[in-house]
Amino acid sequence: MEKERHILVVFPHPDDETFAAGGTIAMHAKNGTPITYVCLTLGEMGRNMGSPVFANRETLPLIRKEELKQAARVLGIQDVRLLGYRDKTVEFEDRETLVAKIQAIVDEIRPSLMITFYPGYSVHPDHDATGAAVAEAVSRINPEMRPKLICAVFSKNCREELGEPDIVYDIRPVREIKLAAMQCHATQTQLMLADLETKLKHHDPDLMRRLTEEHFWVYRFHDSSR
Amino acid sequence: MEPVDVRMVQEKLDGFAGKNVYIHLETTNGAYAAHRNEGFFSAGAFIRNARIRYKHGKIAGAGPYRIGLKMDAGWVYAEGITHFEVDGHGRLLLAGHDHQGRLAVCLELSETPFDE
Repeated sequence: MEKERHILVVFPHPDDETFAAGGTIAMHAKNGTPITYVCLTLGEMGRNMGSPVFANRETLPLIRKEELKQAARVLGIQDVRLLGYRDKTVEFEDRETLVAKIQAIVDEIRPSLMITFYPGYSVHPDHDATGAAVAEAVSRINPEMRPKLICAVFSKNCREELGEPDIVYDIRPVREIKLAAMQCHATQTQLMLADLETKLKHHDPDLMRRLTEEHFWVYRFHDSSR
Repeated sequence: MEPVDVRMVQEKLDGFAGKNVYIHLETTNGAYAAHRNEGFFSAGAFIRNARIRYKHGKIAGAGPYRIGLKMDAGWVYAEGITHFEVDGHGRLLLAGHDHQGRLAVCLELSETPFDE
């Protein structure tokens, strides 16, 4: 894995950083690379309130904000920036305003690598809208000056249309860190990580997949040869 | 939140009657329902911080519960309510959760606006 100068991660929800790129982030952090995470919303519209119920629609954002802080600490992200959008509404916001906010952060940080969702292949409308705004912000930079932009995907058709991933990271060396970060996002992972011991012992395929590899596609800018 | 206490919810509904109140009303089947189950027709809606005034409101059913608020020119309705809370701001929070604790419906009333 190439050593980066500074990594800028942009996702819409607390936990996207962990699920989509937690292992990758942890490996870069171990390498000493500073990482900034720009998180657009607090996942205010999440559904998991726990059983017994431990959250409600009004307390969920506060809980998820704390979960994010803990997960960031575990992954080695020192700089978390919350943009204050509301879950589910990113695609309806003024696009130019969002692009400008991301551009300002890119200008300030001058990252060598950026990570987001691939627009059009990321299932949740917030994911696609975030990826599209990031791609637009980066596309406005002179091609020679652009940071690398790599994208996680979600959709079932992504391999048919985008091909095999450009980057496959073996994240087994930081498996424990990613798992710990997933556990930090308790509101989101309580159901998935129920019976964790059993799942680990029996190599539950869904859990093992998440703890073994992370896949990224290099964003294809319209003006580049890729 | 606690399992619905019909008497306490009804008292709170009575207390908001005739006042201008802010409402959060929502139904959801989750953002990934259609992703996880391809035949699934995904639908949901929410409205947040609409201001309404109702003449009277009632909680009905044997649990999960239904709520109806009769306004001058219409209705607010929610079904599937299982839990309630009167929070530190005096707001009435009502929600319906499935067996795994996932929110399916939510109705909240407050005399002051909810966070945007």
